[in-house]
Amino acid sequence: MTDSLIKHTASTTAVMIGFTIVGTLLLASTFFATRTPIAASERAAKLKLFEQVLPASLHDNDLLNDGAKITAGGDLGNRDETLAYRAKLAGQVSAVVLEATAPDGYSGDIKLLVAIRADGELAGVRVLAHKETPGLGDYIDIGRSDWIKKNFDGQSLAKTSDEGWHVKKDGGQFDYMAGATITPRAVVKAVHKALKYFSEHREEIFSAPVAKEAT
Amino acid sequence: MSQEYKEIIENGLWKQNPGVVQFLGLCPTLAVTTSVVNGFSLGLATAAVMALSNASVSPIRRWVPNEIRIAVFILIIAALVTVIDLGMHAYLQALHAVLGIFIPLIVTNCIVLARVEAFAAKNDTVPSALDGLMMGLGLAIVLAVLGGMREVVGKGTLFSGIDLALGPAAKQFVVTVVPDYHGFLLAVLPPGAFIGLALLIAGKNWLESRRAAKAGLEPPQPAAMAHSH
Repeated sequence: MTDSLIKHTASTTAVMIGFTIVGTLLLASTFFATRTPIAASERAAKLKLFEQVLPASLHDNDLLNDGAKITAGGDLGNRDETLAYRAKLAGQVSAVVLEATAPDGYSGDIKLLVAIRADGELAGVRVLAHKETPGLGDYIDIGRSDWIKKNFDGQSLAKTSDEGWHVKKDGGQFDYMAGATITPRAVVKAVHKALKYFSEHREEIFSAPVAKEAT
Repeated sequence: MSQEYKEIIENGLWKQNPGVVQFLGLCPTLAVTTSVVNGFSLGLATAAVMALSNASVSPIRRWVPNEIRIAVFILIIAALVTVIDLGMHAYLQALHAVLGIFIPLIVTNCIVLARVEAFAAKNDTVPSALDGLMMGLGLAIVLAVLGGMREVVGKGTLFSGIDLALGPAAKQFVVTVVPDYHGFLLAVLPPGAFIGLALLIAGKNWLESRRAAKAGLEPPQPAAMAHSH
């Protein structure tokens, strides 16, 4: 009785281990086979996004390999470490691309890509990810409307005072759509914060050593 | 075609359709069907997983002890899903960005395990693969139709986002059904999914009973809402 039980247990365990090994081998080989194409397609997708906020004429360097580290919890308010990508023309920094997060969207974080020229003017802003209500708050997305382009392109701290960096409902000068004020309010606040961060840490970002991509 | 294969195809696409008859795999059915492209893409990915998992479980079914069969099946399904997930990430980046979080969830879609357990564990390889494929396609069609309904009512378009799946050149296939439409939010939000699915089920039952009435038979019993995940 005990004998057969042990035998049965052993054979069942062996089968389970066998399948686990086969499964693990399959996964490991797929992972290694797709690692390079995945990294390449992620880079391509990122570059395509960068092209939207940063005119090609602004850089001649390998943007993705020129990131400066922004530690978590600093003035930018990022919860995790992110990178500021430096666009350079003939070795001179011409613009910086930041990833900013608006933590106070209507439903969760709104992730933004903010490109700032060396002179402090916004080259462009895009929403990377958001969970705002479809059809209401999602006009911040370029696929829905050009709100983000119309309101932010060419903006700067010099052009608009601190009081102006609010939606019109709050006495500022940024448009919003009735029924969805929380979303643009969060975006305006985050972009303003990113600009302020840039103006305060300009030299730091420009001169920081090249950091490895955070994974 | 043999009677057996014919029956498998009929069951998957119509009689035992996982979306509107068995009500298995409702989670993705309701979540991703905001457009035809989203719905059909996830449906096709699910169909691929089902065909492959049925095809791989069937030949080994005799070597898997009964006590650990569920664990082995899940292991196989999870490995296949991960392979498809990685493959899509590598070669269909844009579509993966849209469907990304739902692909790993195919593992937990109980229609996959249900077909492995109910069919592949008892039948030969070829019919098993066919069963998985047809059940998956049946689900994909339901997802596409439901996605189409919600897209037209909610956004006034059809096939939006097809460029994510087929490349930028496919953008011309996007059809604007209702020009200058302001959108009907309810259809795109979760309630729209429930209402749309209910209409589909009602439509299928109506067709069935009409067909039965024509043939002079008793109307078939509507599908029982026994299990749904």
